[in-house]
Amino acid sequence: MSGRAQLIAGGGLSAAVLAAAALSLVWVPHDVTVLEIGQRLRPPGGAFPLGTDQYGRDLLSMLMVGARVSIAVALVAVGIGIALGVPLGLMAAANRGSWLDEVVMRLNDLIFAFPALVIAILITAVLGPSALNAILAIGIFNIPVFARVARGAALSLWTLDFVLAARLAGKGRLRISAEHILPNIAPLLIVQATIQFSLGILAEAGLSYVGLGAQPPTPSWGRMLAEAQTMIYTAPRLAVLPGLAIVLTVLGLNLLGDGLRDALDPRLRKAAR
Amino acid sequence: MIEVENLSLTIHSTPVLQGVSFQIAPGQIVGLAGESGSGKSMTALAMMGLLPPGARATGAIRLVDRELLDLTERQLCAIRGRQIGMIFQEPMTALNPMQTIGAQVAETLVIHDAATRSEALEKARARLDRVGLPADRFPLTRYPHELSGGQRQRVCIAMAIALRPRLLIADEPTTALDVTTQARILDLLAGLVREEGMALMLITHDLAVLSGLAERVAVMQGGRIVEQGPTSAILRRPGHPYTRALIAAATHHPAPGTRAPGAALLEVREARRAYRPAGRGAFTRPAPVRAVDGVSFDLRRGECLGLVGESGSGKSTLARAILGLDPLQGGAIRLDGQRVAAGQPMPHDLRRRMQAVFQDPYGSFNPRHRVGRLIAEPFHLAGRPPDADDRVAEALRAVGLDPDDRNRFIHEFSGGQRQRIAIARALITRPDLIVLDEPVSALDVRVRAQILDLLADLRGRFGLSYLFIGHDLQVVRAIADRVMVMHAGRIVEQGAAEQVLHAPRHPYTRELLAAVPELPAPIA
Amino acid sequence: MLRYALSRLLSLGLSLLVASVVVFAVIEVIPGDPAAFMLGLNATPEAVAALRDDLGLTGSAGLRYLDWAGGMLRGDFGVSYTYRVPVAELLADRLWVSLPLAVYALALSTAIALPAGMWAAARRGGAADIGVMGATQLGIAVPNFWFAMLLVLLFAVNLRWFPAGGFPGWDGGVMAGLKALTLPAIALALPQAAILARVMRSALIETLGQDYIRSARAKGLTRAQAIRRHGVRNALIPVLTILGLQFSFLLAGAIIIENVFYLPGLGRLIFQAITQRDLIVVESVVMLLVFAVICVTFAVDIAYAAVDPRLRRR
Repeated sequence: MSGRAQLIAGGGLSAAVLAAAALSLVWVPHDVTVLEIGQRLRPPGGAFPLGTDQYGRDLLSMLMVGARVSIAVALVAVGIGIALGVPLGLMAAANRGSWLDEVVMRLNDLIFAFPALVIAILITAVLGPSALNAILAIGIFNIPVFARVARGAALSLWTLDFVLAARLAGKGRLRISAEHILPNIAPLLIVQATIQFSLGILAEAGLSYVGLGAQPPTPSWGRMLAEAQTMIYTAPRLAVLPGLAIVLTVLGLNLLGDGLRDALDPRLRKAAR
Repeated sequence: MIEVENLSLTIHSTPVLQGVSFQIAPGQIVGLAGESGSGKSMTALAMMGLLPPGARATGAIRLVDRELLDLTERQLCAIRGRQIGMIFQEPMTALNPMQTIGAQVAETLVIHDAATRSEALEKARARLDRVGLPADRFPLTRYPHELSGGQRQRVCIAMAIALRPRLLIADEPTTALDVTTQARILDLLAGLVREEGMALMLITHDLAVLSGLAERVAVMQGGRIVEQGPTSAILRRPGHPYTRALIAAATHHPAPGTRAPGAALLEVREARRAYRPAGRGAFTRPAPVRAVDGVSFDLRRGECLGLVGESGSGKSTLARAILGLDPLQGGAIRLDGQRVAAGQPMPHDLRRRMQAVFQDPYGSFNPRHRVGRLIAEPFHLAGRPPDADDRVAEALRAVGLDPDDRNRFIHEFSGGQRQRIAIARALITRPDLIVLDEPVSALDVRVRAQILDLLADLRGRFGLSYLFIGHDLQVVRAIADRVMVMHAGRIVEQGAAEQVLHAPRHPYTRELLAAVPELPAPIA
Repeated sequence: MLRYALSRLLSLGLSLLVASVVVFAVIEVIPGDPAAFMLGLNATPEAVAALRDDLGLTGSAGLRYLDWAGGMLRGDFGVSYTYRVPVAELLADRLWVSLPLAVYALALSTAIALPAGMWAAARRGGAADIGVMGATQLGIAVPNFWFAMLLVLLFAVNLRWFPAGGFPGWDGGVMAGLKALTLPAIALALPQAAILARVMRSALIETLGQDYIRSARAKGLTRAQAIRRHGVRNALIPVLTILGLQFSFLLAGAIIIENVFYLPGLGRLIFQAITQRDLIVVESVVMLLVFAVICVTFAVDIAYAAVDPRLRRR
């Protein structure tokens, strides 16, 4: 697929999911906190376009609210990663080889030794399960990811002569990092953000599937799948649709990321001609 | 033996070569000269059948009696390495870092079924001996990263000549090497041609390299051969205006400065800096390298002082210390009596008086800023003056650019124009001293001459002093009043440019001078 | 080489030390009184005090840490509060499910991904490349536990080729055990294979643009020979990095997949322990997982040196 096609397809999918999540803030077809056993396991059609689950909740409404939860968790987690990781990475690169660089890199290695799920387990073991856990666990895991990307890209820029020129203009490391380094690594960070965003959606689904994410009655895609598992013989629809929602969202974000990378990277742009 | 006839080439329907014709006889050295983008390398790749995707070649390339353009890929594979060998410009990356040099040389033999594995290793040994890498210091089990650039280029040569091909194509084989190494590699190539009856096609941007080495020269420009003939005739009596311009530019001397140098502006005393070579891990501790080892000199106001040295001589480390960018471990630097505390934040007024121009015209500018902002960056030092816009315009005019260029981005400019912009940026604070760190090394020879003229002109107009750092004696001699020669962290010789270059006292300076290829004197 | 290995080993030891301090702090220090936490709100003060004694929670945090860390070094992880057996025994039992599962999945993922990635890189821009890239794009987007459910639906419920869950143990024969682990391993492996194939492809494409590939072609190697003899090994470095990261993802991912297939592995153990507030077990499983990840990182570092002579300083 060409970069342009990826950009359009990915942007379209992501926008659709975002729109559904935004819409759920003001309107959903049915209230998802009300259990109506009388309406349980309705097939798709009529008032329930995608049918109902074993507790009589409207599947479409659940998916819409689930999108909101997923996006919120992933977005805040990416925000944590960028807000803490990027400055750390920039500072480490600006002071290459110093104790600061060493500490940042060792901290990164340390966090990498704890997969996101293990962090979530640790937090849950102490604080009990909640959506906040998922945000924290995924967010903490994102910090070294962004720190690494920022440091790696910044290091190669620090060897370029325009940084020397800025130092000759009397500018300090902080100012050079903000004025010269950050704008030039921004495209890379944007691409990484879309990747981490899609990984965040996947991770949130996994955490809420095992009960470490958003708690009832808030619906989430992961828990919908967990609840559907016992119904898989009788109503496979319940297991298939939330999964498809996850796949389409993640696919959309990944395509968007790939498309953005092609569009933002001048090196690739030149090679494509 | 090999005959290129009316070769034309398009890549994605953009014409690259047009009607290129030449011949090479067995045992002959033919030079292919021209500036970057003239089509020299593409000609070579067409002869190897290694053109990039989207390329279409027409015409004829005959090796003995076979038409190479008609051969299948499989037939070409049988010719590459066996009939035609090739070496490239960048020896640092031309070898597989994961394989021993023995395996890589032997592979040429194994691939062409010329030997069993053990025979191939034996022959590889003999070829490495032949290119000057004896068994005691360079066993077959060495890896490329353990060798210097010149040694790696020798391995590449051994790889290319392992099967004694009829023709060796060398594409800028010495451009990435120091001048003394270049001389040895050229000697090696000439010896191989003499002893093995092999033909050599030597591609270079430097006409002087061909002098005394190549029998014939073809000069390329814009995808065509503009002139070809016996080397001495072409170099002494060039017929085509382009060849004449190339030769004139290579020997160009800007008008010398007229002002008498004043009092000492920059004083360097016993500067010292040692590095620990990069070595990871808690247990490895390589011995420190003395990059700058007790250097002392004065640079007088209004003077252009040349600093010549090969890679690793410490000249760039010294330059960075003078600019206050990296710390020294001993010694002192003073600019106009004020101490430069290298590696520490410098008072803005002192910083303002010393600016620099660097080698790489592509990495010297933030690609996201417009030229006006790039040039105005040093105003950070003294605060943006009220007439900042006029001063940017004035600086652009001074370096021969249009004041309106300030609204353009850097990628819209050529390499030579970028160096002009870099000079404008250095001028904007009205400094006393400009450190020029290889400012013309990345430029083609004609652009180089223009930039040297510009530098000489600005020096006279603004009363500037230069520290001109370079690896190329020709260039430094063209512009400097005095020359210092740096070797292994020390200044081994300094004196008036003419004296150092015509009556060198130190053996290293003599070696350096002997290695510089020279163009023959023209015949009027 | 020895020096390199030693320095890596030292950094492995340091990582373990710091990680253990973090885990200990999070589980035993931050919550205040672990004994009260484990017994819940309705516990009598006497019961809490008794448990505190039982768990050896009486000394200062520093001493307790030394006691705990020293115990682990001797293979003594303490006694599970709910199971009333040494945690070490529990771990050993469960490890015999989780570790084979992760290794099985890694082997599957590598066996699929590396050839697919090389194939796509060698035919860059062709139909094979577009096909592989499309499949990987989809593979990355699929959550492994959902994929696992689909596999159950298809192969266990409809086709009845594999069991839908449970584990017969290794005593019933290796084949029966492997059969029970096959669907979980596939569910874990395919999404990872998609990532690995993409990394393999881009690493090889990057390598194929290097000067030494051109040198090899000038020697008379065909394109395929140049890829095989010079491309693949150079492309392995980034692939190794990802392989190492993936092993930790697989171990963690196994925690979730074990729940889909009702496998008695570390994942089931840790979730039971969380619901029963058995902190000693939680702490031990987390430490074990972190230990595994750090060891894999070490193994990857050593593998770098085996592949890349530039790291082998004598």
